[in-house]
Amino acid sequence: MSLLEIEDLEVHFPIRRGVLLERTVGRVRAVDGVSLSVAAGTTYGLVGESGCGKTTLGRAVLRLVDVTAGQVRLGGVDLAGLPAEELRRSRRRVQMVFQDPLGSLDPRQNVESLLLEGLEVHGLGADRAARRAAVVDALEAVGLSASALPRYPHEFSGGQRQRIGIARALVLSPELIVCDEPVSALDVSIQAQVLNLLEELQRERGLAYLVIAHDLAVVRHVSDTVGVMYLGGLVEEAPGDGLYAEPLHPYTRSLISAVPVPDPAVEDGRRRILLQGDLPSPADPPPGCRFHTRCPWRQEELCATVRPELRQVAEGHKVACHHAERIAAGEIAPDTAERPRRAGP
Amino acid sequence: MTSRAERIDRLAELVAARREDGAGRGVWREAFTRMRRDPMAITGAAVVGVFLLVAVLGELIAPYSPTAQTWGTEVFPNRNVFVGPRAENWLGLDNLGRDQFSRMVIGARQTLLVGVVAAGLGFTAGALLGGVSGAAHTLGGRAGRRIDTVLMRLTDMMLALPTLLLAVSIAALLGQGLTTVMIAVGAAQIPIFARLLRGAMIAQGGRDYVLAARALGARRRRIALAHILPNSMGPVLVQLTLSLATAIIDAAALSYLGLGNPDPSVPEWGTMLADAQRFLGGAPQLAVFPALAIIVTALGFTLMGEAMRESLDPRLRK
Repeated sequence: MSLLEIEDLEVHFPIRRGVLLERTVGRVRAVDGVSLSVAAGTTYGLVGESGCGKTTLGRAVLRLVDVTAGQVRLGGVDLAGLPAEELRRSRRRVQMVFQDPLGSLDPRQNVESLLLEGLEVHGLGADRAARRAAVVDALEAVGLSASALPRYPHEFSGGQRQRIGIARALVLSPELIVCDEPVSALDVSIQAQVLNLLEELQRERGLAYLVIAHDLAVVRHVSDTVGVMYLGGLVEEAPGDGLYAEPLHPYTRSLISAVPVPDPAVEDGRRRILLQGDLPSPADPPPGCRFHTRCPWRQEELCATVRPELRQVAEGHKVACHHAERIAAGEIAPDTAERPRRAGP
Repeated sequence: MTSRAERIDRLAELVAARREDGAGRGVWREAFTRMRRDPMAITGAAVVGVFLLVAVLGELIAPYSPTAQTWGTEVFPNRNVFVGPRAENWLGLDNLGRDQFSRMVIGARQTLLVGVVAAGLGFTAGALLGGVSGAAHTLGGRAGRRIDTVLMRLTDMMLALPTLLLAVSIAALLGQGLTTVMIAVGAAQIPIFARLLRGAMIAQGGRDYVLAARALGARRRRIALAHILPNSMGPVLVQLTLSLATAIIDAAALSYLGLGNPDPSVPEWGTMLADAQRFLGGAPQLAVFPALAIIVTALGFTLMGEAMRESLDPRLRK
């Protein structure tokens, strides 16, 4: 049994109209039927473009958003069905690191107060001295010293702030940390430091991560398993390198083809897959395969009518595409006819 | 003679010490430091300070009793003869032969008291209303949003009435008197504070640190009181200083309209202004000085409020 098991998770946001008498006039299907699992001590990387529902999924894992349907099981316990007080107590087992390091730290709390808060709300630590020791321990684990304790978030650099955010999560000794775009707000030189810190902490403490990012390189660097999301659904899942070596879903192919190769000879000869059109609205997703409106390999049968299940096609490699094998074998040619308005360079 | 290396070491020490000085300072302390260097804040604080001092010391400053008259010897109102400013009476005598300066000094206490109590009243009630509304909206789910909607429609109704009209209606309802003026002026301020605090709390409620506190497992009460509320107080406290200014003007206006303290032996700037209008042609100084006092006090509070707003502005923070 994995540490975290998500099963058929749906998170829909109702679109409400009216002032006193609210009516629901529609729903945004932010997460629409996702299943995945994260084993203890491993990292699951979730990639996808803006608005694909990956952040909502991360928040649903901590039940910071209401779950519409499905289960989020942590160590076998379904968080989605827990009563409020039990849910609150279970939160020490899963923590979160946010994208915006400054925004996620209360500007009026100094570091000591920020790090103590988790211990206080869960009644952890025998006395003040024990709590303080735990706080200093967490702070040192992320590479900051006790001299940071009386300082306020605005006095630190971006990388240091993110370390404080990580320390805040660590204080509670969680089993899983959801990292929502942990480095996208940081300078490239700092990104590597923070990612290495996360890996180091994982080795030392056996943490599991659910890393959410839009940067394929970041996810590749840290993940044991990578999942690709498109419009509320998981379209492909594979062991980290497997996905990059042999992407099977047309969407994954187009994503990976967009990553520049640091070799001019290869880069020049490489064919990029340019997607047509925009991301459809999650309030009104297309029928059938969610990706069929933009897919260069779109076929007459199935694509527009039947939503493909995520199915295993190789060891640990799952894909949600009706024609994945035929595309991989080169039996279907992509429709690369240049459309007049969106002609590539 | 110190060597060059020694001097550099000393400099490094100084720089390090200075950095230690600045470490661990919160938002308010930083804002206060900035305000201490802001001429606008200093001017405002000085003006307010002087008037507060006058109000507190009162009788110690006033050279005469505010009710003592030199009636019959110098002032003849029916002949419109007035005594203007002179050495013994700095601001002259009023229509009943009372020392204008002494009346202004004693009147400062009344006017400031009404202003402070009224603004405090409006602030307390408004912050309570807005705080409940904002907390319900951000943390109370669907039921909370409904509570918020009901409370906000109520404040909208209050906000729809012009401040002075609302105050006059309340004063008419409760009868003439000092308490009435305080309640009326305070009530007129309630919707402003309520709206402001609610808005700030909802804005703060959507910030990541609130989400982080929830993720940490903090209870809703703690999130509302320890995180959202303190971060939302900035604009409300600025409004409080600005409200002190409007409360003083409103209080003077109500007194001017004859709804203030009916006791003629207690001087008050608004009443003095009202009384003076009958003699505006013959003795404009009787109206000018109370009016100036009201304006300058209000200006002092406004300057302080503006300076506070600027120093709390996150865009100016490093």
